Amino acid sequence: MTATSDTPAGAAERKGLLRFLTCGSVDDGKSTLIGRLLYDTQLVLEDQLVALERDSRRHGTTGEDLDLALLVDGLQAEREQGITIDVAYRFFATRRRAFIVADTPGHEQYTRNMATGASNSQTAVILIDARKGVLTQTRRHSYICALLGIKHVVLAVNKIDLVDFSGERFHHIVAEYLGFAAPLKFSSITSIPLSARFGDNVVRRSERMGWYEGPTLIEHLEALDVSEGLDEKPLRFPVQWVNRPNLDFRGFAGTVASGVVRPGDRVVVAASGRESTVQRIVTADGDLTEARAGDAVTLTLTDEVDVARGDVLAHADARPEVVDQFAAEVLWMIEEPMLPGRSYLMRIGARYVPARVTSLKHKTDVNTLEHIAAKTLGLNEIGFCNLATASPVALDSYAENRATGAFVLIDRFTNATAGAGMISFGLRRATNIHRQALLIDKTARTRRNGHRAAILWFTGLSGSGKSTIANIVERELHEHGAHTYMLDGDNVRHGLNRDLGFTDADRVENIRRVGEVAKLFVDAGAIVLCSFISPFRAERRMVRELVEADEFIEIFVDTPIEECKRRDPKGLYARALEGKIKNFTGIDSPYEPPAEAEIVLAPSPLGPEEEARRVLEALKARKIIG
Amino acid sequence: MSPREPTAAPLPPHLRQLESESIGIIREVAAEFHNPVMLYSIGKDSGVMLHLAVKAFYPSKPPFPLLHIDTGWKFRAMIEHRDQIAERYGVRLLVYTNPDGLARGINPITSGSQLHTQVMKTEALKQALDQWQFDAAFGGARRDEEKSRAKERVFSFRASGHVWDPRNQRPELWNLYNTRINQGETIRVFPLSNWTELDIWQYTRAERIPVVPLYFAAPRAVIERDGQLIMRDDERMALRPGEREQVRMVRFRSLGCYPLSAAIESRATTLDEIIAEMLTTRTSERSGRLIDSDEAASMEKKKRDGYF
Repeated sequence: MTATSDTPAGAAERKGLLRFLTCGSVDDGKSTLIGRLLYDTQLVLEDQLVALERDSRRHGTTGEDLDLALLVDGLQAEREQGITIDVAYRFFATRRRAFIVADTPGHEQYTRNMATGASNSQTAVILIDARKGVLTQTRRHSYICALLGIKHVVLAVNKIDLVDFSGERFHHIVAEYLGFAAPLKFSSITSIPLSARFGDNVVRRSERMGWYEGPTLIEHLEALDVSEGLDEKPLRFPVQWVNRPNLDFRGFAGTVASGVVRPGDRVVVAASGRESTVQRIVTADGDLTEARAGDAVTLTLTDEVDVARGDVLAHADARPEVVDQFAAEVLWMIEEPMLPGRSYLMRIGARYVPARVTSLKHKTDVNTLEHIAAKTLGLNEIGFCNLATASPVALDSYAENRATGAFVLIDRFTNATAGAGMISFGLRRATNIHRQALLIDKTARTRRNGHRAAILWFTGLSGSGKSTIANIVERELHEHGAHTYMLDGDNVRHGLNRDLGFTDADRVENIRRVGEVAKLFVDAGAIVLCSFISPFRAERRMVRELVEADEFIEIFVDTPIEECKRRDPKGLYARALEGKIKNFTGIDSPYEPPAEAEIVLAPSPLGPEEEARRVLEALKARKIIG
Repeated sequence: MSPREPTAAPLPPHLRQLESESIGIIREVAAEFHNPVMLYSIGKDSGVMLHLAVKAFYPSKPPFPLLHIDTGWKFRAMIEHRDQIAERYGVRLLVYTNPDGLARGINPITSGSQLHTQVMKTEALKQALDQWQFDAAFGGARRDEEKSRAKERVFSFRASGHVWDPRNQRPELWNLYNTRINQGETIRVFPLSNWTELDIWQYTRAERIPVVPLYFAAPRAVIERDGQLIMRDDERMALRPGEREQVRMVRFRSLGCYPLSAAIESRATTLDEIIAEMLTTRTSERSGRLIDSDEAASMEKKKRDGYF
């Protein structure tokens, strides 16, 4: 059989993969460039060509010529709209290298897709239309590339045929770009004049630009050294899965994120600080003498130390930080805004941990790189934040290690991937926090009180009767000798929370503070009655999670809005309907009814006394009171 | 059993990268889902995927079963291969056929490829996933196969009812896959997303993974129908007037239901020859699949319905 070494396949055997993304504004010709790469490296096959000719006639924008962009615009919806709405991955190989291209859209609202493509890329090809020069989108894309840790960029000055292959125009654009990109600190910027439509300097060297002596795009990509020095960095091994086929074998499966590990190495479990020694590096192809960044292996240790999925193994002398507060750049990716104080699920390495943004320092205007004060982050916005996790996590800065410095935030109700984060630095070493050990604890207080501590959380629309019912319940509890305290929306807002307004962000912070105060009262052994509209499920859940599972009783006062409007005890609905009050729950701000309230109170014809009686019954049934 | 013989040459770097990435994806599913399953279609991609699963969990066995959706029209050689493989790797094999479709007599010849695929593959798959309550299902699809696949996620989210909404997929940054789902929702997982057809064959050769003999050229009796070479694997497929069987040297690039899988003329009888042929070939792999050419963007439509 003939050797395959002279073929594209043979080439792919010699060098590892290069992953790159293409970005540019809407009509810069990204899809055409990728189509050109596939076409000129001969990966467009006959039946695809037939389909392309047919599609070019139907959807094409290039007249009689083949529209190469149609090779890569995949989904029917976007072909009809003529835009690329998602990240598409393309594959091709040359004699020297195999490539994976992330084709990312230039449309303004799809910043998150570009970040997605950049997160897994080693280099970026930024397209510029030679006629238009550096645009706002060019700046935005470059900033996102830099933010996501891309070190090498290619400035592809496309459509050079439309400026008569002008070297002067090319050099002018390059100078303008270099000036703008200096603060982004790329390790290399390579500028190439090309025409994707006609193939000049893409794969074939152009004969129409004698003034250009640099490489073609493909020559540059084939030769580019993108080794990130991952092997020289400290060992990070996130444990993905514990492998226990039988009692004699306990292995920790995972992929080496950075560094090199060998049998005999002294390692620690980062979070607990427990030490052990690597015994074997197990693979299905036999044991290895070492494993490097990118290798998927299974480690066994000499001691029976406690290691679980999500733990990070590191060398004892080069550990990651273990913190529960850190600062990070966060890119927001869903319509619903990021609200400081709200609890999200954070995924870092192989670990999920609840996390909150404790403060949003500023957001960055992706066009001007200016810092702007902000209270929330909207879709496609990027902000610098402090975050706090529910328990300590092992991490590095993203600049040091892309694998242990990156995280995503997940919405806890929809499970949508809501945000992507790049860690800047740890803020507080978790190991420094030692809670004051207390002599008298909650159990002791409960024993003396003769009832259990709990939060009774009344939620419902304004005018639903929350406070009225809560007052009656408190009166009854007091008569039974229970220790009680009432936290009410109005009285808290006059003191503790008087700095807060009624925006979504402030509502979240309002509830967070109330929750923390209620928790202290629970710790003191009291039954705390909290009467708050608390329109968002996420915040009610946040409070629920502050205390033990049976200490949070959610009471949904389910009075229909028509009835609330009719009652309107404070005249608020009338004013909201006239537009005099903004962000009024039920009018122009949503109320999310509880899905799992412990007690649901529909209005009783017998009035609030009857409703309060039902609450007390439920408390007896739950053994909160005797 | 160690899947790789000790004498085998080290893998080329790009295949090693792909292998590690896929193993990471497969382990992630085992760690995060309650009841995963691996779809096994008997083809070359399924062969590679199963091989990777065996490697991922060594020395344990893969902690999930294989599921084959049997339309009743697969080549006999495929079924033989399937049963041998399950035994060789020591994995549990589930086989499911849509009983309603069977009762209605749905078949690829008179029902048409579209209805047959819809009922015996797509509906059957959804029924099987529901019956066993699987919350994650591995599939061997690759992004290079077809245009609408190029945007598919590695972890592809399906709302309840197995609905795929291309506009409602989660962004996948780094390798931080979001594995969270609510009750009734499922995930389809594609560990071979970043492999190409050539990678599959090179890896199959390097790792000596067994494949169905139909991939290799041999003299086979075929008929020419609608410009495609079809092998009558049994008597259920009647000859049309004027059609007659003739022996030709053919092989299959892609295997499915035999009346829907066209053969190509080829002299490639070894993996080396298949790889060499691929490098000079001028048609794409799915061109031999009669089900994809039904209509424009047909894959996207099928996927929305719940097809892999």
